[in-house]
Amino acid sequence: MNSIQPTQLARVEPEVAQSTRRLPNFVLTNEFGLLILIIAFAILFSLQNENFLSRFNLFALSRNLAIYALVGMAMMAVIVTGGLNLAIGAIGVCAAMLFGWTNQVVGLHWSVSVVLGLSLATALGAVNGWLVVKTGIHSFVITLATMSIFFGLMVFMTQAQSFRGLSPEVINFGKSKILNSFSPLLLMAIVAGVMLSTMYKFTALGREMLAAGATPEAAELSGVSVGRTFMYCHMLSAFLAGFTALLLTSRYGAAIPSMAGQLGQDWLLPAFLGPVLGGTILTGGRVSVLGTFLGATLVVTLTNGLLMLQVGEFWVQTVLGVLLLLAVLGDKARRHYLMQRGLA
Amino acid sequence: MSKLNDYIQTDWFGPAVISLVAMLGIGLTNPSFLSPLNLNVLMLAIAISGMVAMSQMVIIAIGQMNLSVGAIGGFAAISFAGLMELHQMPAGMAVVIAMLIGCAAGFFNGWLIATTGISAFVITLASLSIFKGLNLGITEAQAYYGIPEGVKAIGNETLFGVIPVLAIPTALVVVLLWFVLARLPLGRNILAVGANSNAASLSGISVKWTVISAHVISGLLAATAGIMAVAHLQIGQPTIGDDWLLLSFAAPVVGGAVLNGGHVSVSATILGVAIVAIFNQALVLFRVDPYLVQVVLGGLILWAVGVNRWRETRAIKHTSKVA
Repeated sequence: MNSIQPTQLARVEPEVAQSTRRLPNFVLTNEFGLLILIIAFAILFSLQNENFLSRFNLFALSRNLAIYALVGMAMMAVIVTGGLNLAIGAIGVCAAMLFGWTNQVVGLHWSVSVVLGLSLATALGAVNGWLVVKTGIHSFVITLATMSIFFGLMVFMTQAQSFRGLSPEVINFGKSKILNSFSPLLLMAIVAGVMLSTMYKFTALGREMLAAGATPEAAELSGVSVGRTFMYCHMLSAFLAGFTALLLTSRYGAAIPSMAGQLGQDWLLPAFLGPVLGGTILTGGRVSVLGTFLGATLVVTLTNGLLMLQVGEFWVQTVLGVLLLLAVLGDKARRHYLMQRGLA
Repeated sequence: MSKLNDYIQTDWFGPAVISLVAMLGIGLTNPSFLSPLNLNVLMLAIAISGMVAMSQMVIIAIGQMNLSVGAIGGFAAISFAGLMELHQMPAGMAVVIAMLIGCAAGFFNGWLIATTGISAFVITLASLSIFKGLNLGITEAQAYYGIPEGVKAIGNETLFGVIPVLAIPTALVVVLLWFVLARLPLGRNILAVGANSNAASLSGISVKWTVISAHVISGLLAATAGIMAVAHLQIGQPTIGDDWLLLSFAAPVVGGAVLNGGHVSVSATILGVAIVAIFNQALVLFRVDPYLVQVVLGGLILWAVGVNRWRETRAIKHTSKVA
């Protein structure tokens, strides 16, 4: 709002940078900075407390990382359009509750319930996308309203009751371990990340999403249906939110209405932390799936490490807030430096 | 006829008609709605929510958003209660310090946004987390119960048996804020920056200080709302402010505020708060499932932005016809 500079930079950077980016430039990327920070903190924490690298803790870390990374990707899918989706938590819980109800009360096979849950999430995303595109009102207001509506309807229909009698397969999946130390949830998150990144890089749909997000007018003139593309972005975001909630359901062994907090708001901070730390630009048109993943890793590592050092769980939120501030300031400084050196 | 048209053009006309019709309609079907006790509860809700809504409205006026309204309010609330319980500070002094904390929090937001140029959304998301974390770190999620009797009395006192004392600060702020926005250079600057910050900057307005001032005002109002919430609830709860976000946007939007900035209306915002409060109260009176309240609030926002949009396009058509 104060200056148009950041947006211009954001739009110019990818084209120029890609052609000139060599090894010294990789050192200047956001992803590299994140990697250094993650390694530094991991070493620091493991020196302070030997349990940090224990199998038990790695399992806990990998489970949390899966959820944080997926929530970040769900938000990222809409940030591409220059908008945001405050309703991810509410949509996710709706999907999880439909899953729980059809699985436990109706007695459907868990795979059918998964499909139903994900379909509901995608449909709710379509509602968001349709409202945003048709009215032209900023997605902040639309998703703020639908967050309240979706969550309210869900709590009304379930009467805030949890479903705890799910199929044993679902519950065992959340408890199972790969190599005795990693959660399969992380594998799911990695697969989702690879698929997303392939989509943005190599498919027409992904390229259209990026183009429409960067400059809608130019994309429209080049034959991209911007409205439809934005709707797909919202549906993708909602699908990922639903997927996250189903994984979380499997981890808890129950579908719980409050698993994302009041109105699903508990997901919002982690959802923004990942993409913003990872260098996704809020004005749209540029994403970094790897960055989002690394951003989520940093957040999970820090949270876990601070808890192990007994900093007190209540202070963790302050640290995350300060981290977000430092990250955006650092990114700003990095861009400034790159511009002065004529590297971007 | 043209006189009526002039009224319809204003921001407050629609919300005023809706709140009056709603009050009459509900009052006729359920007379207990217009009982003094019920009106008192209604006004109390409007008093605190109104303060929250105005805190957000000032930021909407400069074309930004403040996600940390609730976190600032909560932090001020527990500071206010904590100072009185742990340090036996007189209530008056605790109020002043809590308000200063609100101003400082607003300054922190505004200064960071104005000097770095990073979007208000990201900055206030980070500061939301910082303020809420400080709140939880200090209180360890435990409430302060040692609120002096005097403060508790103010929270429950009424004038003439109907008007809650807590409505007085809100009424004062409504008048003051209207005066600032409509009559003082600071208010004009805020609206000018909201409408077009480049144009404002070229006309010699310091965008930086205008943004900072708006955030300081927002922080001060959020802190005031937090203090009022402590007086009303009779305890210093760390959860105060947690559920303000939706409401803080709903009321200004129902009151016709343009989220891109440059256009807000204090009276319409207060009427927006009133509509939300009347709806909530009616749902309780008619024994509608409390879980549906959220649905209605969300629906109200969607409906309001739709109407705003319609008015906008109508206004554009109207002016283009004249031209």
